[in-house]
Amino acid sequence: MSEDRSTPPPEGSTTPTEPQTDAAGQLPALERSVMGSVGVALMGAGLRSARPIQKLVLGSVGAGLAAMAATGRNPLATALKIRQTPQGEVLVSDAVTIGKPADDLYRVWRDLAGLPRLMTHLKAVEALGGRRSRWTVEAPTGTVSWEADLTADEPGRRIAWAALPGAAVENHGEVLFRPAPGDRGTEVVVRLAYRPPGGSAGAIAARLFGEEPAQQLRDDLMRFKREQELGFAPTTEGQSSARAGGQA
Amino acid sequence: MKAIVWQGANRVGVETVPDPTLLLPTDAIIRVTSTAICGSDLHLLDGVIPSMEKGDILGHEFMGEVVEVGRDVRRLKVGDRVVVPFNISCGVCDPCRRGLFSACDNSNPNHRMAEALYGGVSGGGLFGYSHMYGGYAGGQAQYVRVPFADVGPHRIESDLRDEQVLFLTDIFPTGYQAAENCGIVPGRDVVAVFGAGPVGQFAARSAQMLGAAHVIVIDRVPERLAMAEAAGCQVINYEQEDVLVALRESTGGRGPDHVIDAVGMEAHGHGPGALVDTAKQRLKLSFDRITALRWALLSCAKGGTVSLPGVYGGLIDKVPMGAAFAKGLTFKMGQTHTHRHIAPLLSRIEAGEIDPSFVITHRASLDDAPDLYRTFRDKQGGCIKVVLNPWG
Ligand SMILES: [Zn+2]
Ligand SMILES: [Zn+2]
Repeated sequence: MSEDRSTPPPEGSTTPTEPQTDAAGQLPALERSVMGSVGVALMGAGLRSARPIQKLVLGSVGAGLAAMAATGRNPLATALKIRQTPQGEVLVSDAVTIGKPADDLYRVWRDLAGLPRLMTHLKAVEALGGRRSRWTVEAPTGTVSWEADLTADEPGRRIAWAALPGAAVENHGEVLFRPAPGDRGTEVVVRLAYRPPGGSAGAIAARLFGEEPAQQLRDDLMRFKREQELGFAPTTEGQSSARAGGQA
Repeated sequence: MKAIVWQGANRVGVETVPDPTLLLPTDAIIRVTSTAICGSDLHLLDGVIPSMEKGDILGHEFMGEVVEVGRDVRRLKVGDRVVVPFNISCGVCDPCRRGLFSACDNSNPNHRMAEALYGGVSGGGLFGYSHMYGGYAGGQAQYVRVPFADVGPHRIESDLRDEQVLFLTDIFPTGYQAAENCGIVPGRDVVAVFGAGPVGQFAARSAQMLGAAHVIVIDRVPERLAMAEAAGCQVINYEQEDVLVALRESTGGRGPDHVIDAVGMEAHGHGPGALVDTAKQRLKLSFDRITALRWALLSCAKGGTVSLPGVYGGLIDKVPMGAAFAKGLTFKMGQTHTHRHIAPLLSRIEAGEIDPSFVITHRASLDDAPDLYRTFRDKQGGCIKVVLNPWG
């Protein structure tokens, strides 16, 4: 049984349309439904907009309203999608299922020098011998680089690394390779944690300036999946249209 | 080449655009011999679909002749006559291997747009149906680029006319899948179809082909009802009768065993149009767009199936879930897995079980398409389905 105690409408009647307030004293149902709709519309408008600022503002406000509608709670944290540990580290993680054996996928990731092809925010990774490597990323302020150690290397199962203490951006991460149930291949899980310069304000600022680690990771994983499953990325780049130059 | 182009809200025009070229070695170029306007295209016309861009080429129901293939294309040859599913699928991902072609993981280059709205997953790409669905150029044109050419296009080897096979690309499989999803027990089950547009017509005839004991079609447009009646369906005009009362009476008080809602957002397309439309309706507090869904849930018999061939793109509320729960209904829905239906449905056409051209009311050239978009939208002149000849 549901916890909602309202009586069902008599058979054949139409549903009531008057606003209702739910038992927990959250936002009234009608308000939430309007909010959800506007939110989704704004997200749509934000996605469609060619102007980055408008995209960001509409998209974020839209996502916020939709989230508020969905949860009945304040949207700000959800809208910016920043997850943090109590220790102030920002967490980013995502997962994708790829129709290939774990060993094959593990081998691609274990080639550290090849990682920049998988993770586009990386500019370079150099193997320094042993478990040590040097990582370089492109940051708004220029390139930043640090040394890291492999902290785990379990063939076909897991790779983990951590920046050495004192790195410009303290960070650590891991990639897990798990057999998917049935014949679906391998679940690849990536977890990254970093301490943004400037704490959580820094994380929000980075987000507002268009650095979206979660989205970037998602894009990276989807690109990896397509490379492994198809051998190429689908595209519409250069197709016919009635825009200037006739290209899409 | 000539193509139908989206020029902004309520502006569709014929323009000269560059001929398409192969962009990937798995592509083919098709010379389009017939194409159609789909009900869902109307919502591109309305401009309510997010992520359309001015200059986009429209159209997702088309067929033609292969004129060029990329170097990795194995199955298709220049000169093949093909129908092309409206959804684009890679053929190798897990959903594709399970026959869930419209749920393809890999064919939408703009996956992040759909992911942002649909819980972190996106479906496959669609021809001519917004950038959220991949931004692929459509087939209301003289030529079209077809990606994954070994997966989608299906060769037509018999001498069936274009008009008899064209709808294998969308509305026939869409109506068929809606009926198949009901799990009809032949000779026993009664099926009600809300909406007698093209998809509703094919859903009704598919329900008959699958053995439904009785099919009831509900609409308000006389020509559409007449077309359903001609196929042997009982019809209900909801402007003249109380639908719920009429359905109870027609089924001895049980209600139809299965209900197909081919109105809902079919009027809004099987794309994301519903998203913004729904939002607008909600703002005006106008709920009429889900009337059919509400009727479907309220009328359906105990243990029945509610099958949704159309699209629900966004959030809806005031859905009588209590009725659905109390009666133990099953919901089946989703974009059509067109690829898997083409061969079996083609066999039925070849066997003379059905001639899909029955649904066509208007034939025209590409140049007439902008006018016909309006004729179709306003349901003028008995318009139910428009077929265009890009070379006429
Ligand atoms: Zn369609
Ligand atoms: Zn696929």
